[in-house]
Amino acid sequence: MSERQNVTFTVNGEKRVIRVEPRRSLADALREDCGLTGTHLGCEHGVCGACTVLLDDQPVRSCLMFAVQAEGTRVRTVEGLADGDKLHPLQQAFWDHHGLQCGFCTPGFLMLAVSILELDPDIAEPELREALSSNLCRCTGYQNILKSVLAAAAEMRK
Amino acid sequence: MRWVGRPLPRYEDPVLLQGRGRYTADLAQGARILRFVRSPVARGRILAVNAPPEVPIVTVAVLGDVKPICPRLDRPDYVAVAQPILARDRVTYVGEPIAAVIADTAAEAEDLAEQVTVEIEAETPVVTLDQALAPGAPLVHDMAAENTLIDARFETSDVAAAFAAAHQVVEFTFTSGRQAAAPLEARGAVAAFDPATGRVTLSASTQMPHLLRTGIADALGIPESELRVIAPEVGGGFGQKMALIPEYVVAVWAARHFACTVAWIEDRLENLTASFHARDQRLHLRGAYDADGRLLAIDTDVLCNVGAYSNFPATCGVEPLMALADMPGPYQVPEYRARARGVASNTCPMAPYRGVSRPVITAVVERLMDCAAARLGLDALEIRRRNLTSDFPHTSVTGVVQDPGSYREAMEAAARVVDIAQFRARQKTARAEGRWLGLGISVFAERTGPGTPAFEARRMVINPGFERVELVMDPSGFLEARIGSSPHGQGLKTSLAQLIADEIGIAPAEIRVVAGDTDRCPYGWGTFASRSLVIAGGACKLAAATLRERLQAVASQILEAAASDIEISDGRAFVRGTDLGVEMRQLARATYHQSHRFPAIAETGLSTVATYDPYGTFSNACHVAIVAVDIATGQVEIERFVVVEDAGRLINPMIVEGQIHGGVAQGIANALYEKVVYDDGGNISTGSLADYLVPTMAEIPKLEIHHLETLTEASVTGAKGVGEGGTIGAPAAVLNAVSDALAPFGVGIFEMPITPQRILQLLREAGCETQ
Repeated sequence: MSERQNVTFTVNGEKRVIRVEPRRSLADALREDCGLTGTHLGCEHGVCGACTVLLDDQPVRSCLMFAVQAEGTRVRTVEGLADGDKLHPLQQAFWDHHGLQCGFCTPGFLMLAVSILELDPDIAEPELREALSSNLCRCTGYQNILKSVLAAAAEMRK
Repeated sequence: MRWVGRPLPRYEDPVLLQGRGRYTADLAQGARILRFVRSPVARGRILAVNAPPEVPIVTVAVLGDVKPICPRLDRPDYVAVAQPILARDRVTYVGEPIAAVIADTAAEAEDLAEQVTVEIEAETPVVTLDQALAPGAPLVHDMAAENTLIDARFETSDVAAAFAAAHQVVEFTFTSGRQAAAPLEARGAVAAFDPATGRVTLSASTQMPHLLRTGIADALGIPESELRVIAPEVGGGFGQKMALIPEYVVAVWAARHFACTVAWIEDRLENLTASFHARDQRLHLRGAYDADGRLLAIDTDVLCNVGAYSNFPATCGVEPLMALADMPGPYQVPEYRARARGVASNTCPMAPYRGVSRPVITAVVERLMDCAAARLGLDALEIRRRNLTSDFPHTSVTGVVQDPGSYREAMEAAARVVDIAQFRARQKTARAEGRWLGLGISVFAERTGPGTPAFEARRMVINPGFERVELVMDPSGFLEARIGSSPHGQGLKTSLAQLIADEIGIAPAEIRVVAGDTDRCPYGWGTFASRSLVIAGGACKLAAATLRERLQAVASQILEAAASDIEISDGRAFVRGTDLGVEMRQLARATYHQSHRFPAIAETGLSTVATYDPYGTFSNACHVAIVAVDIATGQVEIERFVVVEDAGRLINPMIVEGQIHGGVAQGIANALYEKVVYDDGGNISTGSLADYLVPTMAEIPKLEIHHLETLTEASVTGAKGVGEGGTIGAPAAVLNAVSDALAPFGVGIFEMPITPQRILQLLREAGCETQ
């Protein structure tokens, strides 16, 4: 095992310095070194997307990145989505439209959807379907995830 | 204000949406990490387990007198086999835990586990049904001759005569691939030893917290009171998280032995290879019909590859016995013969998975109906009309009583929604253009909420039938509902709060449903068999009715009116027809603090307990799939998927539809995508989600849902269970649709999943040049 290294990055707007082994994944660093357990690990091989966070506004699988690769970046996780007590429009839409059941995949889907809508607020349904097919959900059959994201997109365009 | 029937947003959600939900792995901060060393071979004799001196390992010898897991059925046709907590001298499947190591971090635990070497004298494994049943096959367990762990039979008196008199006999063999439940959250446990009390608190991703406590306490030989089991947020279970597993026993043992907090967080490889599988079945079926298309008899031989051990408590009988009892489904059949076997192999054990056998038997019976219709020159609707049960209650040929449902009505409604005549015209045009469309129907009855009579009929030694609920109103008028059931993500707390709210006359926001904690909740059986809303919901209603009577009694005294004149609604008790009333919080406070005024309820106060244990009820549905099959690639595209569901009274229609959505998606996955693949050596080739193909949003079409509501007296709330129906009905609809699409080539589908490769192969075998 090699020496631990410092990683300095911004998480949900807050500057953080953590000291981690080079082999530490970004997901583990967020969960264990930053105490942000909202980012979930469903497969740890980059397929399910439950661990999706935004790194400099790009969606990444935090299980496939080393924490040291996040040096100097800006990371956003599900914990940073709401504005105090006010839910992000995507969170609100998932609540209103039953876009979650067990909730395990939800943080990953929310962060994925944030990145999609930030990039293209007017994204058409077929493209949205394609983009959201990056992540896996086992409970919802995706029906209400799509409905929720479409509703949030409409709300965010207002 | 009434709450039942509203699509109320779930109380569970805000915390989950903000990433504040606590799943088991989130509780592992600061815990020592347990890692299992697992068998790399499917069958063999352990010669040695070696580790460097600095790596302390836990083996079965270290565990001492920890007892094995030995699930039982009270049946002479069942062989009980014991699963050691860690492999003793033999390994029986790839992934079987042999030893465990403990370290301060997960990474270090993995490092340590890699330093452990296991010497195994490998033997040729039995992997498939054919290998396990071959004459002279090696035995997985010495006491189970012919590798048969259960061999159940049923036969009415005149089966042979029915076949002799038949106008048509349809016969085929159907193969169902092995599936994994694949909850997004794998399993896990955090066992925390409390040095002050000597107790261990086990937080585990489980569907059955109370029985988990019983099972672990029995294995360790400790009183149950020394163990508290908590099911925190559970990230899906689908049956996989029902069973007692060796890993949890080791975690609790280690917490006690090392007097610390120990966590085991299953990784995806472990989950896909060494948790539980399901649906690995082969069925031979004969169906006898008269000239009018009436089903005279079914004769079936069901073989289930149940893997290396029997799961606790459902046992490896769960699939074969479900197939045996429920095969005829929604159809009337006077004569029935079935043999259903559970066959051991050197593969991962089988456990209940959403639908349990019924996705397979529904596919089989629905394929039978379509094949018979083709022979008899009837259409798919007509043959079903002639055979569906319509007089209720109906006692099935196996003695199962089906309460009122809408088997025919659901099918007719679905047929109207999709407009079959219009589809047939479109199909004809498409065929002329070389495009292959198909329509498939699936009608089924889903037994939900089975109580103790159902499990008694299966001769289960542990009968998980009843549910108990305790309601306690506190002095502030806030209600706590402590339930023995234990949700795994389905929104049960919201649905139960709606039921209780209406029964008492308060808002669901004034109700906290407490579940998944053996210290806080009455003994109950958790969530499985589409039972939680039916049985825990029924208990909630009964307990709430009693509590309402108490509140009415207190209010009648405060308001000086007859109890029969007291109404409670919107959190206020009042004298009917007047504005004389009292708020719930005043009423509750008076009950606690001035109990001298209410001697009649002094003993029980505002606490009630109720137990509900129904016979069970049947939901029913009709699924219709329209598919397009590309004969050049073998790809199946689902153009349309319609569900007409009858789940009785809808408590929360949004949650009900969510259950159907998720169920259908898993059923489509079963029909088209997911298969656990073993090689000849018993190694799994599908150990990642890149190989085991859980469908994404790109594969699951828009699902159209319509409801019928048959109000049954078989459930005190009128609600029928709906957890499994989607999964049960969808495969048959898809397989019938693909068969319909490929009918011009003479290809019928008798297997699942039906992958593009298999479709191309079947087309080639039928003499069709696909390229």
